[in-house]
Amino acid sequence: MASQILDGGFSDVPVQSARAFRAALSAMARPGRVYDISGAMPPAPLSPAAGSLLLTLADPGTPVFLAGAHDTPELRAWLIFHTGVPIAPREEAAFAVGTWTELLPLEPYRKGTPEYPDRSATLIVEVATLAASGARLTGPGIETARMLSLPELEPFRRNAALFPRGLDFYFTAGARLAALPRTTKVEAA
Amino acid sequence: MTDKNQAMTDTHYNFAYLDEQTKRMIRRALLKGLAIPGYQVPFASREMPMPYGWGTGGVQVSAAVLTPEDRMKVIDQGADDTTNAVSIRKFFERTAGVDTTERTAEATVIQTRHRIPETELTEDQILVYQVPIPEPLRFLEPRETETRKMHALEEYGLMHVKLYEDIARHGNIATAYAYPVKVEGRYVMDPSPIPKFDNPKMEMAAIQLFGAGREQRIYAVPPYTRVVSLDFEDYPFEPSKADHACDLCGAQNSYLDEVIVDDAGGRMFVCSDTDFCTTRRDGGHVGRLGAPGTEDAA
Amino acid sequence: MYVAVKGGERAIDNAHAWLAEERRGSPDIAELTVPQIREQLALAVNRVMAEGSLFDPDLAALAIKQARGDLIEAIFLIRAYRTTLPRLGVSTPVDTGEMACDRRISATFKDVPGGQVLGPTFDYTHRLLDFKLAAEGETPTAPQAPAQGEPTPRVTDYLNRDGLIQPEPASDTTPPDLTREPMEFPANRALRLQSLTRGDEGFVLGMAYSTQRGYARNHPFVGELRIGTVPVEMDVPELGFAVGIGEITLTECESVNQFTGSKTEPPQFTRGYGLVFGQSERKAISMALVDRALRWKELGEDNVGAPAQDAEFVLSHADNIQASGFLEHIKLPHYVDFQSELELIRRIRAEAQAAQAQEAAE
Repeated sequence: MASQILDGGFSDVPVQSARAFRAALSAMARPGRVYDISGAMPPAPLSPAAGSLLLTLADPGTPVFLAGAHDTPELRAWLIFHTGVPIAPREEAAFAVGTWTELLPLEPYRKGTPEYPDRSATLIVEVATLAASGARLTGPGIETARMLSLPELEPFRRNAALFPRGLDFYFTAGARLAALPRTTKVEAA
Repeated sequence: MTDKNQAMTDTHYNFAYLDEQTKRMIRRALLKGLAIPGYQVPFASREMPMPYGWGTGGVQVSAAVLTPEDRMKVIDQGADDTTNAVSIRKFFERTAGVDTTERTAEATVIQTRHRIPETELTEDQILVYQVPIPEPLRFLEPRETETRKMHALEEYGLMHVKLYEDIARHGNIATAYAYPVKVEGRYVMDPSPIPKFDNPKMEMAAIQLFGAGREQRIYAVPPYTRVVSLDFEDYPFEPSKADHACDLCGAQNSYLDEVIVDDAGGRMFVCSDTDFCTTRRDGGHVGRLGAPGTEDAA
Repeated sequence: MYVAVKGGERAIDNAHAWLAEERRGSPDIAELTVPQIREQLALAVNRVMAEGSLFDPDLAALAIKQARGDLIEAIFLIRAYRTTLPRLGVSTPVDTGEMACDRRISATFKDVPGGQVLGPTFDYTHRLLDFKLAAEGETPTAPQAPAQGEPTPRVTDYLNRDGLIQPEPASDTTPPDLTREPMEFPANRALRLQSLTRGDEGFVLGMAYSTQRGYARNHPFVGELRIGTVPVEMDVPELGFAVGIGEITLTECESVNQFTGSKTEPPQFTRGYGLVFGQSERKAISMALVDRALRWKELGEDNVGAPAQDAEFVLSHADNIQASGFLEHIKLPHYVDFQSELELIRRIRAEAQAAQAQEAAE
C-alpha cells in the first residue's frame, strides 16, 4: 500500500502538469469538446484524467471533497501525499470529485458571491464514457452548438441561471475529459 | 556564497521560471476567468525579473500556459522586433526552452501588448494580452471597493454617462484605444490598450487570456464569445484607422503606424503588424514606397 | 528610407554591455566589494532588506552593487530573487520583548526600567561634513559596557497595566500573507502592517508627516523605539519543539497617541505600530503614525477625508516596485495608441472646422 501511495504522481512535474493544464484550459474554453489528459496513475476508483487534473490544480490552498466511493483511505493518502490538499466537506471544497449521484446534492457547494463569483467550487464528475450525444450545448466557447453526454439536464440549467455565480464542471472518463462551465446553456437534443 | 551563485544560473529556475505552486494558483484563476468571461479574477501576482508595467501579467499567464511543444510569438505595438518584445521572447527562450517564431500563423501562443494580429487567429492558438489597468471603470471611480460593487450589480451607468459626455463635448466618443467592451452581455471589460480598430477582432476562434501583474488580475474571453464595443444607437461604434494604404505592402485594411521620414514633416504609413506586412511583401504585394520581398526597405 | 525606430536584440545587448562598464566606473579605482557595502553602507543595506522583504545582508549588498547604488533598483532585484525561493516553513512569531537592544528610547518618560539607551544614532550629531573621512584608514572604537542580561520591558506595558492605553489582545489566528494572496479591501490591520513595512520609505514618511501637519492629526509620541536583535525560531514537527534558525535585527516603534474617548469608552491612549527589518527607525516611526491614522474606524474616530486615513489609497500606492515599474513603463513604445488618438483628434478637428466653415457660409 505504501508504494501505491508514493507512485502514480507526475514523474516530470513542470512538464506533465503544463500538458495536463493545456487540456484543462482548452476544455474549459471549449465546453463539451473532449480532450486527452494523462500523466497520473492514481489508485482506483479515481480515473487518470481526474487524477491528472487534481495534481495539476490542487494544493494546500484548495480543500478537496471526495464523494462516496471515492473517499477511500488509499485515495486520501495518495492525494495528500502528492498535493498536500486538505480533505474537506462539500461546503468548503474548492474541488469535489466522485460520480454524479455521489456528488449530489449541488446546493451545499460554494457558488461564489456577486462580488467574487470566482470563489466557487469546481466539480469533477467521473463518468463511464464521454460521447458527443445527448445534450445540446450552446454559449461562450461554442461556435454554433456542441453535443455532450450529460447525466442530467435540469441541475445544469439551474446552475447556469445563477450566472455570474455558479459551479463549473469537468467530466472525466479514463484519460479523457470535457468541461461544462456555468456559462453553457444545455437542452435536450 | 557558492550556493547563492548557483541559484542565479538559468538551470536553477523551474520550467517557464515560475515555481509550480505559483503556476497552480495562476492556472486556477485562468479557469475561473474562462468560466466567467470578462470578470477580473484576483490573483497573487509575483514579482518577476522585469518591472511591473512591462508585461509581468502577460508573462505570468504565458508561463502558466506554455508547454514544451509550444511555438511562441511576442509582439509589442504589433511588431516582433520592438525592444520589450525581444526582451520577453528571450526570457521564454531561456526559461522555457520553447521555440519562437515571428509568423502569426505558426505560433501556438502569442503574447501581445497593444495589438491583435491582423492575420485571423485559429482554434489552435492562445492570445495572451499584457494589461496595465484591467478595471474599465477605474478612471471613473478609483476605488476598487466601489468598482467591485458596480460589477456585482451590473451597474454600468457611469460608463455610459462618460461616453455620452464625450459626444456632447466633442461630437464623438473620445476614446481611441482601450475602448470598453461588454462580454457576453454581462461584464464590461477593458480590452487592454489596443486601438479600437482591433475591437471587432475579439470575437475570434482562439482563446484570449489577459494578465495584469501589478493590479493582480486575470481575465479571459473564450472562443466565439460575444464581445460588443459600448456605443449608442445614434452614435454607433466605429473601428477606425489612418485613411491610407500601407506604403510598403499596399494593404488597405491593416492598422497603420505613421512614420515621420524627414525634417520637412514628410511621412509614410506602414502596417503596425510587421509579420503581416512582411508576409504580404513576400507574396509580391507592393505599396507606394515599398520594394517586394526585401528585408525592411530601409 | 524606412526609419527604423524599433530596437532589436543587438541594441539591448549593447546597452547591457555599456551599463556593465558604467557600473564598474573607472578601472583606476579599486572595485567595491560586497562585504564593504554590507559593513560600511549598512543603512542602505537595511532599507533594501526591509523593502525587499528579505533578510539577507549579503544579498542586499550585492544588489546595491549591481544597481549602482539605486536603492529602488536594488529592492527590485531582491524582490525578484525572493519570489523564486521555495517556502520551506514558517517561523514562530518573533518576540521583540526579548530583543537584545542596541538602542532603546522612550519620549513619554524621563527614565524607564532598562534605561534610555541612545545607541549608534545620528540624532545628536552636528551635520557637519567630516573631512577626516575623506582620508582613509580610520578605525574608530567606542567605549564598551557589559551587556544587560535581562530582557528590556516594554514601555507601553506600564500604561497597559493601569488601563491607560488601549490593549492589543494577542491572537493565534494566521494573518493573511500579502506575498501569497492578492491585496483585498477592506484590508485588516495585519495586511496593512505588511504593506507598510515593505512600503517605500519616502512614501510612508510623507504620509506620516501629513498626519503631523493636520491631515488626520493623531498626536503621536514615541512611546518606545527599540533596535536590536531577536532570535528566529521554527517549529519542527518531527522534534516537537521550536529550534533557533538564526537572528535578525529589527526596529520596532510603538507610538502613544491621544484619544478623547467616546460615549461608551473613557479616555484612553491608543497606539500605532511599526516594525521594520534592520536599523530603519525613520521608517518604523513613520509606519507607526500611518498605522494609527488607518485605524480610525476601529477606534470610532471620524474620517476627515485625509489621505493617510484612506487605506485603499495608502496601500495601493506604497509599494515602490509597483509604482516605479508602472511609472517607468511609459518609456515603452506607445505609438499604436498615440496613432489612434492622433486620428481621432484630426477627425474631431476636421468636423469642427467644417461646421465653422458652414456657419460662416450661411
